[in-house]
Amino acid sequence: MKKSVFLGTLAVAGLSAGIAAASTLDEVKARGELNCGVNTGLVGFAAPDANGNWSGFDVAICKAVAAAVLGDASKVKYVPTTGQTRFTALASGEIDMLSRNSTWTFSRDTDLKLDFVGVNYYDGQGFMVRKDLGVTSAKELDGASVCIQTGTTTELNLADFFKANNMSYQPITIDSNAEGEQQYLAGACDAYTTDASGLAATRAAFADPENHIILPEIISKEPLGPAVRHGDNQWGDIVRWTLNALIAAEEYGVTSANVDELAKGTENPEINRLLGVEGDLGAMTGLDKDWALRAIKAGGNYGEIFAATIGESTPIGLARGLNAQWTQGGLLYTPPFR
Amino acid sequence: MSDTHAQSTAFVRETMLPAKPAPVTQTGAVRWLRENLFSGPVNTALTLIGLFFVYTLVTHFYPWFRHSVWNANSMAECRAAITASFGDGATGACWAMIRERWHQFIFGFYPPELYWRPIAVFVLLFVALAPVLFTHLPRILLCFSVVYPLVAIWLLWGGSIWPVTMVAVGFVLGWLMLRLLSGVGSILAIVAAVVVPVLFWVFAVGPLDDALTSVLPLAIEPVASDRFGGFLLAITIGVGGIVMSLPLGVILALGRQSNMFLIKTFSVIFIEFIRGVPLITLLFVASLLLNYFLPPGTNFDIILRVMILVTLFAAAYIAEVIRGGLAALPRGQYEAADALGLDYWKAQRLIILPQALKISIPGIVSTFIGMFKDTTLVTFVGLFDPLKGIPDFIRADFNWKGIYWEPFIFVGTIFFILNFSMSRYSMYLERKLKRDHR
Repeated sequence: MKKSVFLGTLAVAGLSAGIAAASTLDEVKARGELNCGVNTGLVGFAAPDANGNWSGFDVAICKAVAAAVLGDASKVKYVPTTGQTRFTALASGEIDMLSRNSTWTFSRDTDLKLDFVGVNYYDGQGFMVRKDLGVTSAKELDGASVCIQTGTTTELNLADFFKANNMSYQPITIDSNAEGEQQYLAGACDAYTTDASGLAATRAAFADPENHIILPEIISKEPLGPAVRHGDNQWGDIVRWTLNALIAAEEYGVTSANVDELAKGTENPEINRLLGVEGDLGAMTGLDKDWALRAIKAGGNYGEIFAATIGESTPIGLARGLNAQWTQGGLLYTPPFR
Repeated sequence: MSDTHAQSTAFVRETMLPAKPAPVTQTGAVRWLRENLFSGPVNTALTLIGLFFVYTLVTHFYPWFRHSVWNANSMAECRAAITASFGDGATGACWAMIRERWHQFIFGFYPPELYWRPIAVFVLLFVALAPVLFTHLPRILLCFSVVYPLVAIWLLWGGSIWPVTMVAVGFVLGWLMLRLLSGVGSILAIVAAVVVPVLFWVFAVGPLDDALTSVLPLAIEPVASDRFGGFLLAITIGVGGIVMSLPLGVILALGRQSNMFLIKTFSVIFIEFIRGVPLITLLFVASLLLNYFLPPGTNFDIILRVMILVTLFAAAYIAEVIRGGLAALPRGQYEAADALGLDYWKAQRLIILPQALKISIPGIVSTFIGMFKDTTLVTFVGLFDPLKGIPDFIRADFNWKGIYWEPFIFVGTIFFILNFSMSRYSMYLERKLKRDHR
């Protein structure tokens, strides 16, 4: 590594400029490491522990892709990205994929030249207020001061919501979630608004969660999902179907505990195709037969990942809600593995 | 006068009275108070208002410090401990977080078993700095100062020793060229001193490195740049930037004073451009824009990129500070140097720069202090700076979510200690170099 550093310093970049852009899959394989853009720290979704090991709901997607492509879930280089740098980091090739609770929107998908490959968490923007404010619905927030993070879709949603309901509000702009909590607790604003998952985690960490309520209204759709660059469809397919494999695995009851057993063959042809017992789905995307098997073994299926990182047994305590399987009344619905 | 004699006068003092103590209101603390705090109605009012503010601040914050908790595993435990000891509604500082995570504030994600390496680098830093900072130490120590940067790079990032050695060899080659060819022609010597090492690094390092590694694989465990964080990152970038920006700043300042059109133009454009652009813009360039220009697959270390741009940024400011010092020198100094028959470099080295740099010390040190604090801006390019990056990810651990002031106070204190030391050293240096022009 040092050699390349110094060569880089000496500006010999031109010498290797002739190398043609290889496909992302080949690059990742040649590098032996997946560069995955993640949040610099968001409770439950991506956070390094005291030893620097990353874990979380978004991080699990990185691990699954690394397991599918490289055969080792630990071969991920986590690149912490901020709200400002995330899309540029992806577009410039610094990272191979972005798994950073980013909302799939029209302009991001088209104008920013990203491909959102799916949705791993259906979120929505909500409000939290102090209970003694006596407010039970977001419609009663006319004239309230609201703490809002700048430069996010939540800021725009808030303006839309108040305009649509013909109400006024006073925005208190903040820079980060930590600052927002501080302002809200100090009474600088009546209501704090951000994604409902973030509100739940914030409230759970308060000294007195019972004195705060999350209002029932969800004022926006925030489908969060991993994204890749435009233009490399094979790589996009790999990330998309790795995510789908995790979702499908939950639907078919394939867990990290029984996946080895099931990989010996089952009566269910869909599971057999998923785990590479029948057919050769992996080869169609440039991977081997066991890609999905490894992805599922990395951190379990979608339900297991959810339960381990943000589910009801964790302090964050998010219910599945919209993120349940379609068979359970949720929105998770993966196309068939065929 | 003739009436005055011992018989007609009741009492004549023949010895001096012992001096009486001055009135209470004119001595010691009371006098000081009267003179400095209560010397008039306006000042008295201001003093009282000030005292009131201090009192309010202390009564407001002191309980928070007094209720500090040092032993807990999470924010919730901290709160429970404070409630248990000081009753409901009491708030307190939760230093337990610092206790549990201090190593991340200092080292980021550097592998714990290798902590000795950054510690060694830090200790050696003082060994290397000592002869530079304190001139009464033996000059032989300077040899270590010269080698130190490469030793530090090798210890911090690890890996094979040979690439670092190759860099050193390149510098030695350049120096040799300068010495050998200076007799032939000074322009030729300078060009050769630049070109030969570059050619060496580009073409000879690869094969030589492979050959040496196969013969003698001397290597320590490599540590990637993304493991750096906290003060390790801030000090690495800060010290690297300081060390590289001072010589670059001197060169730019001289370039701006130069009579040669191209050199002057380039220096002015560089300085004005860099000073006209916010540091964050340059950091974004380092982290994002460079990737568009470099060929795909180029592994150009992010810390190195940031360090280079921080250096350029600081150098532009240093150049202007030094230009101020150059401008302050009387014209006679330049003329005296010319009259002695010194050539340009000798004149600068022996007469102009020692005086100009001495005048510039406060400005240079301010720039360094500012630059060191600016290293916290690297948080915007996704590096874990100690002020925001590290606390933010610690808050991302549910146990410590909601902690806010403690990391700021902790990190602020360390920054203060480091910057205050720099400031004190600069004052020492000023006193020492004072040759009284005034």
